[in-house]
Amino acid sequence: MEEERQYTAADYKNGQSVRWCPGCGDHAILNSLHKAMAAIGVPPHKTAVISGIGCSSRLPYYMNTYGFHTIHGRAAAIATGFKVANPEMTVWQISGDGDGLAIGGNHFIHAVRRNVDINMLLFNNKIYGLTKGQYSPTSARGFVSKSSPYGTTEDPFIPAELVFGARGNFFARSIDVELATSVEVLTAAARHKGASVVEILQNCVIFNNGIHNPITDKSVRADRTIHLRHGEKMIFGANNDRGLVRDGFLLKAVTIGEDGYTMDDVLVHDAHTPSNFLHQQLAMMDGDQLPLAVGIIRDVESVTYNEGVSMQVEEVRARKGFDSLRDMILAGETWTVE
Amino acid sequence: MLDKTKVKVLDKVVVRFSGDSGDGMQLAGNIFTNVSAGIGNQVSTFPDYPAEIRAPQGSLSGVSGFQVSVGKGVHTPGDSCDVLIAMNPAALKQNVKFLKAGGVIIVDIDSFKEADLRKALFETDEPFAELGIDPRQVVEAPVTTLTKAALADSGLDNKSILKCRNIFALGLVCWLFDRPIESAKRHLSKKFAKKPAVYEANAKVIDAGYNYGHNIHASVSTYRIETEDPRPGVYTDINGNTATAWGLIMASEKCGRPLFLGSYPITPATDILHELAKRKDLGVKACQMEDEIAGVCSAIGASFAGNLAVTSTSGPGLALKGEGIGLAVMAELPLVVIDVQRGGPSTGLPTKTEQTDLMQALYGRNGESPVAVVAPSSPTDCFTMAFEACRIAVEHMTPVILLSDAFIGNGSSAWRVPDADEYPEIHTHDVPENLRDGSWRPYMRDEASKVRYWAVPGTEGCAHRIGGLEKDAVTGGISTDPLNHEIMVNTRREKIARIADDIPELEVIGDPNADTLLVGWGGTYGHLHTAADELNAAGRSVAFTHFRYINPLPKNTGEVLRRYKRVVVAELNTGMFADYLQAKFPEVEIKRINKIQGQPFLVKELVEGVTKYME
Repeated sequence: MEEERQYTAADYKNGQSVRWCPGCGDHAILNSLHKAMAAIGVPPHKTAVISGIGCSSRLPYYMNTYGFHTIHGRAAAIATGFKVANPEMTVWQISGDGDGLAIGGNHFIHAVRRNVDINMLLFNNKIYGLTKGQYSPTSARGFVSKSSPYGTTEDPFIPAELVFGARGNFFARSIDVELATSVEVLTAAARHKGASVVEILQNCVIFNNGIHNPITDKSVRADRTIHLRHGEKMIFGANNDRGLVRDGFLLKAVTIGEDGYTMDDVLVHDAHTPSNFLHQQLAMMDGDQLPLAVGIIRDVESVTYNEGVSMQVEEVRARKGFDSLRDMILAGETWTVE
Repeated sequence: MLDKTKVKVLDKVVVRFSGDSGDGMQLAGNIFTNVSAGIGNQVSTFPDYPAEIRAPQGSLSGVSGFQVSVGKGVHTPGDSCDVLIAMNPAALKQNVKFLKAGGVIIVDIDSFKEADLRKALFETDEPFAELGIDPRQVVEAPVTTLTKAALADSGLDNKSILKCRNIFALGLVCWLFDRPIESAKRHLSKKFAKKPAVYEANAKVIDAGYNYGHNIHASVSTYRIETEDPRPGVYTDINGNTATAWGLIMASEKCGRPLFLGSYPITPATDILHELAKRKDLGVKACQMEDEIAGVCSAIGASFAGNLAVTSTSGPGLALKGEGIGLAVMAELPLVVIDVQRGGPSTGLPTKTEQTDLMQALYGRNGESPVAVVAPSSPTDCFTMAFEACRIAVEHMTPVILLSDAFIGNGSSAWRVPDADEYPEIHTHDVPENLRDGSWRPYMRDEASKVRYWAVPGTEGCAHRIGGLEKDAVTGGISTDPLNHEIMVNTRREKIARIADDIPELEVIGDPNADTLLVGWGGTYGHLHTAADELNAAGRSVAFTHFRYINPLPKNTGEVLRRYKRVVVAELNTGMFADYLQAKFPEVEIKRINKIQGQPFLVKELVEGVTKYME
């Protein structure tokens, strides 16, 4: 029996000096992750952090857990094999928007579709930082960067839309500087059985400083974001007087007490309902007409890939009852030479 | 029965079954093989599939073949056949070139109607004359008519009845070669265990075929084939890909780590995935991933997690896996990569065989990225070398590439099931107990072998971080120090080189005092061995050695090569292994025999090639 032990954030840190740029949003996310891990309470040696390539993917080196800094785009595939092979471990997979959605896009959608029980963190800064400033698959059309000096001529992915397209069962969002929200969603992601995608809006202070400011700047954040909590009314705003209501098949933001809208009209968030119709609408709100949603948007349980593999192995083993390879071969077509 | 007929006694005989891809030639061939192996013959098979999944019925591109050699001293499926079974004109046209002079052709004369001849693009109504075949060689059996007659009362519909034609042909061939018909029926009953009506029909038809042979015996010779006394034990028929899969499972049992396969379907390697997917009954976790890259990457993840991890593919897939293999080189994790080679480049000849991935296996990665490379020599040797690949990977903490090929992967032969203690224990290189207090660092090594330790995640006191970035040799932290990089590059190279202390030395067979050494590697063993036998039997003194360990080479390689005046490397590419040996042993003058036709060597070609160098 392992001793029951309370872990603190410090137990998940190691002595390595953190090499991200001063002011980078990754520092705050790392702190949130250390805190979330302590809140979850899985021991460091039962935790694995697996990343691809990019600024964010340096993260495993700053953990006191098992860690694997792999190759560009492949973290989701490597984490899948890891979890299937060693299902007792809690697995965190770290990617940026380039790593996870460009070069690693295929592995990302398939890990979500398979519902492998891993926690997939997507640090979205809408830029390639480590290669010093090229546009990424989440950069807006027209975005000017070193590789798009006249602006991009392509539309971006919206990560949530990909997750729902891949039939994802857990999607949450946070903002790098909102530590409490990050700890809340990371903790929930770890507790969710299955592929949990957490998008964190992260600021790249060097190559894309302020890219999320139109939504996340303190002066507008309360009006342009909404913190969704399961079972609670969908209200937001500096004065908590705005709410989301149904408008036909769509959503509408209203001011409670105006135009005849009362608190009774405001929707209650149900993160656990199997239908993803409303979850997708909520996740697609972009902070313009409707507030950008943070918090746990969808959290629905279903059987995981690694459980499915393990259960099938157990079931078939029990049914066939072979003790060894030789046993299996001898049960097939053979002949004996005396 | 045989005493009334002309009986030829032969050491070995080659039979080629051919027909439309829907005619069941592979099944007939497989049962003939198993029956022959069951009475003590050595067997070697060569299934020759058409490239199309279902070409138009009766067309030349839809012909499927299965060649098998049975008897004594059998190392190959044979250059050409003694008996050709052709179920239609297209099969005859495509396969007559494989018939020995004076060989026998058995045709289903019912399928040689005018329309059938047109489908096979015959220009006249005289197919045998058009192909220059002596009519005395041909047995015109009314296979379709007699199959229908045998099943007239069976209640089966016409389509189901016609599906039994292959078994009529099998019955006839069983008579011709004096095979026990009851044994063939046992194989049929297992094959159709879930369809008793189909079994009953086939059992009737195989008797009809056998009896038909008996009734026409005046017109053809029958054969008696010599057997060799094999080692006592339990035998089964096995193809190379299944043997590979089973060798991996044996290694998993011997190292006490679960077997994980990450793979993606690709011809001709997919049967390894199929077999391991079935072997969930032995605890194998076989995962079909979204692409080749995910195949290798999931395996790398499983290896980091502590499993015996494998990925299986063919040449194009190996190209995609290159970056992943480099990560396993850098992280020094055990990983087995199986490449069942096929004709290339690009999509190339997917169903045909070649040895053209050697350079890719040795060098196809960025940076200084040495891996161990091994190559099985025959279908049954796939078991041993898959086991060896796992043993080397686990005991030396390295990726190992297993270079199989389409010929041995699909080919089969009889295999003695090894006893439990016949293969050695595989020792995982675990972190020593006394270092599990946090003082262990990931690149600490065993000094003699240069092998680092494998910490299974979940183990307390061993949490560590590794990755693709260069690491400090002592602390295991990220390092860009120039001298450290050179130390690490040399250490990784030295670690692979020292595997040579742990593999068998090269053996020479044939005449050790010859002045000519025939050299091969991988799946060409059977053909080279037979060629060396034939050369020596013809009075041309030749020694023969065959490489199954490619990197590192066996320790005595240079010493063996230097012993001979003439070293001739024969391989199914333009000279990759010859170049590799030449670079390592510039003092040896290496001659070459090469073939790049997607087909195995013919023994005849090898005999001629070696003879030319000796004259």
